[in-house]
Amino acid sequence: MAVIEVKNFTKSFGSKLVHRGVSFSVNQGECLGLIGGSGAGKSVILRSLIGLEKPDQGEIHIDGEEISRWTERQLVEIRKRVAYVFQNGALFDSMTVYDNLAYALREHTDLSEGEISDRIRQQLEEFGLQGNDFVYPSQLSGGMQKRVGLARSIILGPKVVLYDEPTAGLDPYNTKKIQDMILRLKDRGVTSVFVTHDMPSVYAVCDRVILLLNGQIEASGSIADLGKDPEGIMQRFINGIEGA
Amino acid sequence: MSVVRDLIRFMGGTAILTKQVISEGLRPPLYLRLITEQIQSIGLMSLPLVLITALSTGMVMALQFGLGLEKFGGKMYVPKIVSLSIIRELGPVFTSLMMAARVGAGITSELGSMKVTQQIDAIRALGTSPIKKIVIPRVIACIICVPLLAAIANLVGIGGGLLVGWSELNLTPAFYWQKVLETITLVDYMSGMGKTFFFALFIALPACYFGLNVSGGTRGVGVATTTSVVTASILILVGDYFLTKAFWIIEQWL
Ligand SMILES: Nc1ncnc2c1ncn2[C@@H]1O[C@H](COP(=O)(O)OP(=O)(O)OP(=O)(O)O)[C@@H](O)[C@H]1O
Ligand SMILES: [Mg+2]
Repeated sequence: MAVIEVKNFTKSFGSKLVHRGVSFSVNQGECLGLIGGSGAGKSVILRSLIGLEKPDQGEIHIDGEEISRWTERQLVEIRKRVAYVFQNGALFDSMTVYDNLAYALREHTDLSEGEISDRIRQQLEEFGLQGNDFVYPSQLSGGMQKRVGLARSIILGPKVVLYDEPTAGLDPYNTKKIQDMILRLKDRGVTSVFVTHDMPSVYAVCDRVILLLNGQIEASGSIADLGKDPEGIMQRFINGIEGA
Repeated sequence: MSVVRDLIRFMGGTAILTKQVISEGLRPPLYLRLITEQIQSIGLMSLPLVLITALSTGMVMALQFGLGLEKFGGKMYVPKIVSLSIIRELGPVFTSLMMAARVGAGITSELGSMKVTQQIDAIRALGTSPIKKIVIPRVIACIICVPLLAAIANLVGIGGGLLVGWSELNLTPAFYWQKVLETITLVDYMSGMGKTFFFALFIALPACYFGLNVSGGTRGVGVATTTSVVTASILILVGDYFLTKAFWIIEQWL
């Protein structure tokens, strides 16, 4: 069953038509890689999946509900179930790591401060961030910020996770950490969309890839089939022959 | 033409923001802790600036009028003139202008940076509302702090006049106070204070609007901050005329 279904997504900024009818779907438990050139419109699509942006035309179904015209207040229900991992973490820099992680728990659960604290300790440990509770984001390295950002977005135990370039600009160690985390979430049955330029990570975590080019999905295929058509547009994009 | 377009966009944008602030402000939860934090950073931290402004305004006024009127033997009118102009005009207006500079700039640059670093998006993505978390605490803090600070400025300004009257013009403090109390009526006081409520909105709403609508990265934050302070200052100065006019009309009825 499709958890996410995007139909005929069309959007322009000013006079620039960025999406000319993008359609795809993501099945329960699947990790879909979304690749495409810089400025192709990947982030805009991802943001639209939790209503941070609205398409000009087209439909977005999450768990069978069409959300593209929902109000901010209605979208809260979606945002509790669908997590968004921002490219640079987007941590609240006026709050400590602890308060960043506690944010959604305090807002959306009835947990006591003690239970919240236990949950955060456990989460920090899982991400190899123990001992950083009372540090401010600006005191962390970029890689650690991204890990905190990931930890913060999934703390409510979401059904779906949307990743916007979670491994961009990271060293191999941090990249591996993020990949492992994504795989672990996948084992728990989380459905995900993974936007990236980092092909090794696509091979490591995705089941299927779609290519956004010229405002449309130009190609799609399972990871296993990727190398099979060397002349296909997907392979030519990956090899840097075809681009935006 | 782009000025006109920006102006229309600003008016529409702040109108929408105002509507959101009212409709979301009436719906729980109201984050009281965030409001008290803002009262501290907006109100308490502005106190020194407001005190200095008020004190020097009162002192300069007393000096100007005192030395100017001395030739005509009008020195004893100094308490009257100083206190009336401070209470009706200068206290509220100067306090609000200083707040526009300090607080307006602070709010816009903070919100702008949050916008640029996607923290505003993160607030939404985590299922919360930037209007409730960010805008409403700042608007409420301004509505509480600007009138309070103006009230303090009124006192301190008149006190500054007293100091100069005493040391430069040989008016005894007792005489000065007596004249002040004879002059000022509740209507004078309220006509000055009534404006500060509007001035608070002129500061907070544009500041939030320009901050939330920053585009173009960190450079955009600088531009937005400047625009926000200029806008608030103009609204205060121009608005002051119309508010004064409106309050005079109301006073006629009373
Ligand atoms: N708020 C906006 N205002 C104007 N144009 C925008 C806005 N957001 C996105 N765009 C435009 O839409 C296009 C797609 O942007 P998007 O951020 O989705 O690209 P992307 O595929 O994520 O690129 P990258 O790989 O570099 O992150 C870009 O050309 C961008 O200029
Ligand atoms: Mg992007």
